[in-house]
Amino acid sequence: MEELRKRVKELLEKGEIDGFLGYRGSFPYLFTDPADLKDLEVPSERYPLPKILISLFRRRPEGRFGVLVRGCEERGIMELVKNAKLERDKVMMIGVACSKEQASSCRCPKPYPDVPVLYGEKVEGVQARDDIERIEAMEEGERLSFWLYEFSKCIKCYGCRNICPQCFCDTCTLEEGDLVKRGVLPPEVPAFHLVRAFHMAGRCIDCGLCEEACPANIPLRTLYRKVREGVEELLGYEPGASWEEKEPLGYLGDGRYEIPERLI
Amino acid sequence: MDYRTVPSICPYCGCGCGILLEVSDGKVVGVLPQKGHPVNDGKLCIKGWTCHEFINSPERLTRPLLREGEGFREVSWDEAIGLVASRLSEIRDKYGPDSIAFLCSAKCSNEENYLIQKFARAVIGTNNIDHCARL
Repeated sequence: MEELRKRVKELLEKGEIDGFLGYRGSFPYLFTDPADLKDLEVPSERYPLPKILISLFRRRPEGRFGVLVRGCEERGIMELVKNAKLERDKVMMIGVACSKEQASSCRCPKPYPDVPVLYGEKVEGVQARDDIERIEAMEEGERLSFWLYEFSKCIKCYGCRNICPQCFCDTCTLEEGDLVKRGVLPPEVPAFHLVRAFHMAGRCIDCGLCEEACPANIPLRTLYRKVREGVEELLGYEPGASWEEKEPLGYLGDGRYEIPERLI
Repeated sequence: MDYRTVPSICPYCGCGCGILLEVSDGKVVGVLPQKGHPVNDGKLCIKGWTCHEFINSPERLTRPLLREGEGFREVSWDEAIGLVASRLSEIRDKYGPDSIAFLCSAKCSNEENYLIQKFARAVIGTNNIDHCARL
C-alpha cells in the first residue's frame, strides 16, 4: 500500500495530475491533497471508476487525472478512449492486481492491468465458461423459457445501464418512450434486454458490475459474455484486449472511412 | 475541483437501502448503490437510483406556500405554522380528535417520526397515525 500512496503523492506534488480517483476507505474519492493519501485504500468492492472519470472530465475537460485500475477497469478505459469518451494522455492509470479469490469469484481472465501494478500480487486468470455452457446445454425451448423467465423478473431499475462503465450515451434507447412503454413492468420481454445486449456488442469488457447491481439477480453477465463470444467469432474483436485494434462498430466499410469524432 | 462519495440512506421507502451520494464542488451530482450494505448490497430500485434528482430540482418546494383561490402565495414559516395550528385546533374542537389523521414519512428521521405520533396522540388526541412505508 505504501508504494501506491508514495507514487500518487509524487504525481500530485509534481502537479502531473489534478487529482487521483481511488478509494477513501471503501468509497470512491478524488484525492487532491497529498495529506489525505493516508486514507487511500484498495477495497474489495468495485465501483465504476472509469465512468466516474468521464463525469470528472465533463466538469473539467482540461484536467488530467490519475485513476486506480484493476484489470477490468483498464480494459474499460481502453474502450472508452476508442469511443472518444476519454483521452488517453489525460488519464494516468495506477495498477492494482486482484486476489485469487476475487479473480475466481469474477471468473476474470486477466485479473491485473498492463500498467505497472503497485498493489497486490498478480495471479493467473480464470478461463471458464461454465455459466454459458450450462445454458447452451439446454434444449432450445428450455433455453427460451429460461431467458423469458429471467427477463420477466426485471423491475426496470436501469441499474445495469447506470453502473455500466461502457454505457455512456447522452440519450438512451431504453428511455425512449416510443420504444419502451412507460409505467409497465416488466419492460417488454425480451426486447428490452436484447436491446441492451446488442448495445454491449464490441463494448462490454465483462467486468460484471451489471450483474452485481441487478436487484432481480438476472444473469446479465452470462448474456453479455455470450455477446462477447459472438463479436469475437463474427468480427474477430475482443473489447479491452489491445489499444491498437479498432473497435468494429467505430468505422464503416473496410475501415478507410472513419466516423467523424463529433458524431461518435 | 473535488469529488467525493458520501454514504447515506435512500429517502424513499422504509427499506433503507444504502446509497452513496456523489458530491462534486458542494453539489450532489449523482447516486451509487452502496456495496456491502446489509440492506441492499450494491443494488437499488429506480427510485434509489434517481433519489438525488429532487435535491436541486427547480420544482422543489423550498418555502411554504398558502393556497389562495386558484393559486399559491409564498408565506413565512411563522405564518404557515400558525395557520396549521389554528386550523387543526378548530377542526379538532368542532369535529373531535378522530376527524384528523397523520401520515408520516420515510423521508424523516426516526426522531421526527416519533415526534409526529407523539403530537397526534398527546396533543391532538387521536390514534389515526400511519406511515408511508406501509403504502
